[in-house]
Amino acid sequence: MSTAPAAKRKPTDYKSDLKPIWCPGCGDFGVLASLYRAFAELDLDPAKTVVVSGIGCSSRLPGFVSTYGFHSLHGRPLPVAMGVKLANPDLNVIAVGGDGDGFAIGAGHFPHAARRNIDITYLVMDNEIYGLTKGQVSPTSLTDQKAPSTPWGNLETPLNTLAFAVASGASFVARGASFNTKLLTELIVQAMEHKGFSYIDAMSPCVVFNNHQEEWKELVTDVSPDHDAADKVAAFDLALKGGFKLGILYREQRATLNDKYKALVEAAKDSNVEQMLEAFNARKGAAIGKPTV
Amino acid sequence: MRRQIEGARGVAESVAACRPQVVCAYPITPQTHIVEGLGVLVGTGALAGCEFVNVESEFAAMSVAIGASAAGARAYTATASQGLLFMSEALYNASGLGLPVVMTVANRAIGAPINIWNDHSDAMSQRDSGWIQLYAETSQEAIDLHVQAFRLAEEMSVPVMVCMDGFVLTHAFEPLEVPSQEDVDAFLPPFTPRQVLDPAEPVSIGAMVGPEAFTEVRYLAFHRQREALGRIPEIAADFAAAFGRDSGGLLHTYRCEDAQTIVLAMGSVLGTLKDTVDALRDEGIPIGVVGLTSFRPFPMAAVRAAVGGARTLIVLERAFSVGVGGIVSADVHMAVAGLDQRHHTVIAGLGGRPVTRVSLRRMLLDAEAGRLEPLTFLDLDRDLIDRELARVRARPRSGPAAENILRDVGVVGARPH
Repeated sequence: MSTAPAAKRKPTDYKSDLKPIWCPGCGDFGVLASLYRAFAELDLDPAKTVVVSGIGCSSRLPGFVSTYGFHSLHGRPLPVAMGVKLANPDLNVIAVGGDGDGFAIGAGHFPHAARRNIDITYLVMDNEIYGLTKGQVSPTSLTDQKAPSTPWGNLETPLNTLAFAVASGASFVARGASFNTKLLTELIVQAMEHKGFSYIDAMSPCVVFNNHQEEWKELVTDVSPDHDAADKVAAFDLALKGGFKLGILYREQRATLNDKYKALVEAAKDSNVEQMLEAFNARKGAAIGKPTV
Repeated sequence: MRRQIEGARGVAESVAACRPQVVCAYPITPQTHIVEGLGVLVGTGALAGCEFVNVESEFAAMSVAIGASAAGARAYTATASQGLLFMSEALYNASGLGLPVVMTVANRAIGAPINIWNDHSDAMSQRDSGWIQLYAETSQEAIDLHVQAFRLAEEMSVPVMVCMDGFVLTHAFEPLEVPSQEDVDAFLPPFTPRQVLDPAEPVSIGAMVGPEAFTEVRYLAFHRQREALGRIPEIAADFAAAFGRDSGGLLHTYRCEDAQTIVLAMGSVLGTLKDTVDALRDEGIPIGVVGLTSFRPFPMAAVRAAVGGARTLIVLERAFSVGVGGIVSADVHMAVAGLDQRHHTVIAGLGGRPVTRVSLRRMLLDAEAGRLEPLTFLDLDRDLIDRELARVRARPRSGPAAENILRDVGVVGARPH
C-alpha cells in the first residue's frame, strides 16, 4: 500500500481472500459485515489498521479482514493491542474476541486497559457460551443454563459486562447486536473515532450451541434518546437495569494513555533539573487519597 | 465388560470410579470430552459426592484443585497444550507442596503457530515441574493408568499427570473396559492426606523457605520421585493381579531379546512402530521396541537394562528442545552412558503430522544401512524450509513465516500487502 487510492474504499475492500469458517447463521457474520462497513465509512487505510484477537470462534475474525491481523493467545488480545498502540500510536487498533476469551481467561486485562484509557477499540462478540469447544457455559451465560459443563444448570451469576466496563473506567461503552448491522456499524464508527478505550458488546448468537437469536431480536430496544451518555451514574444505572438496550451507554473525553506519555515526553524535553526538583517539592506533602474517576 | 466407547469417555468413567471429590473443568481441545463426560456422570448422580466446578481458566483449574487437595479432597482436572502452559506456575505449586492432584493431559502441540493436533510438546514443557508423568500407549492403558495414578499420587503425596495422545486416543472409539466400581474401591483406598487444612488440628501450608532449608525441601521432592520409581512397577503388578491387564509400570519391551537395533518411544505411536518392526522382523531384520511409560520419574536403570544390548539405539520423540534436539534422548543417553552404541534421535509427528509405517520403515532401513543422521526430523519438507530461508535472505521484512509457508502449500490464499 504505497499509494492511497483516490476513491473512498468500499466494504469489500476490507475482505481478505480467506472465507469465514463460522457455522451458517452465526452472529459473527453480522459483526464482520458491520466491521467492513465501518472501516469503509472511516476509509481506514488497511496498512495502518490492526485487528488483534484472542482464541475462539470469533477470534478467527482478523484472518477475514484485509488489514493487519494478529491472532494472539487465549484471553490476551488487550495486552497485545496495547503493545501495538503504544509502539505505534499512529495505527488504528481494534481488539476483538468472545465473551469467554475476554471475560473468563482474559478478564484480568479488561479493567486495566479501560482505566488506562488506551486509545483502542475492544469489540466483544458475546454469545454467552464457549462455542469453539462446543457449548460450555461462559461468564455471561445465564444462571440455571444447562450445558455439558453444568450438570445441574449454571450455578453462577452472569457478569454484567457493560457495568463492568463503566465501573472500570472505559471512556466509551456501547452495546450492539449482530442482527442490527446498521446500528452496529455506527457504533463501531463512533468507537473508533473516540479517543480512548472504547468497548462495544456485540450480542452475537451462537446458533448451534446457544441460539437466542429470535428471543434477543424481540427483547432489544434502543437506548432512549433522552439518555445522557455523559452522565456516568445514568450509564451505570442503565447497564445494571437492562441487558437489551442497544446504543451508546457512556462516553466521556479524558486524556488517553498515549496523550499522557506524549505530554510527559514533551514536558521532559523542556525541563531541567531545577524545574523537576521544584515540581517534586511542590508535590511533597500533598494529600494522598483515592482518585475519583 | 468391553464397550465400544470414545477414549475420553472411558477416561471420564475411570476417573469417576476413583471417586474424585472435586473436579475442575475448563474447556480446551482435545481434552474437553473428558470433563464433559464427568459433568454428565455428576449430573446423572452416577458420580456422587463430587463437586464439579466450572472455572475461568486453566490457572484457576489447577489453583482450585490445589485448594481442594489441601482441604483433604481427592482432586482432579484435565487439560492440554496452552492450558497446561497457562497453569505452569500452579503446577510447581502443587508439586512443591506435595499435593496429590491427578490430571489428564490430552497431549497437543503448543503454539505459535497455533495447532490443535497431537504431539508431546505440552507435557514435555512441564518435565521439571515435579509432577510424575505417565504416558499411555492406548486408550485402555489411559483408563487403567488413572486408577493407578490416584493410588500412586496419594501414597507418595506427589501430583501425577497421565498423558494420552490428543485425538488419536481421546477421540477414538474402540472396545474398552472400564474397571468396575467394586474393583476400583478394592484397589484404591480412600484418600488419607499427609497434610490437611483441618480446623481440629490447624496448620498453615505454603511457608516461605529461605536458603537455610530450600535445598532440603526441594531434595525431598526429588526423593519422593525416586521412591515412586519403586512403587510404579509394584502398583502396576497389583493392578495386573486385580484387573488382569498389564498396564503401566516403568516401561514395556517388545521383541527386544535379540534386537540389534532398538527404538524407544512414548504414547500411541508405539502401535505403528510395533507393526513396522513386525514387518521388518519378517524380513530378518532384528529390531525391537521399548515403550516408555514413566518419563518422570525417569527409570535410568530400567532403560539401561532394556536397551543396553542393542548396537543401535533410536529415540523417537513427539517433541523437541529448540537449540538442542531430543528431550527424551537426553535422559536416555544419560542412562546408557559408557555403552558402545550408535545413538539417533528422530523427531516425528509434530502438530499432528501422521507417523506412517512407510516413513518409519524408511527411517529404520536408513539406520540399518548407517545412513541415518544423529538427529533427524522425520518427513521434513526441505523444499518448504529452503523457500522460506530464501525469502528471509531476499528481504529484511520477509513477513510471518507460518503465513508464508501456508501460502506456499496453498492452505491460505491471502495476499500480502
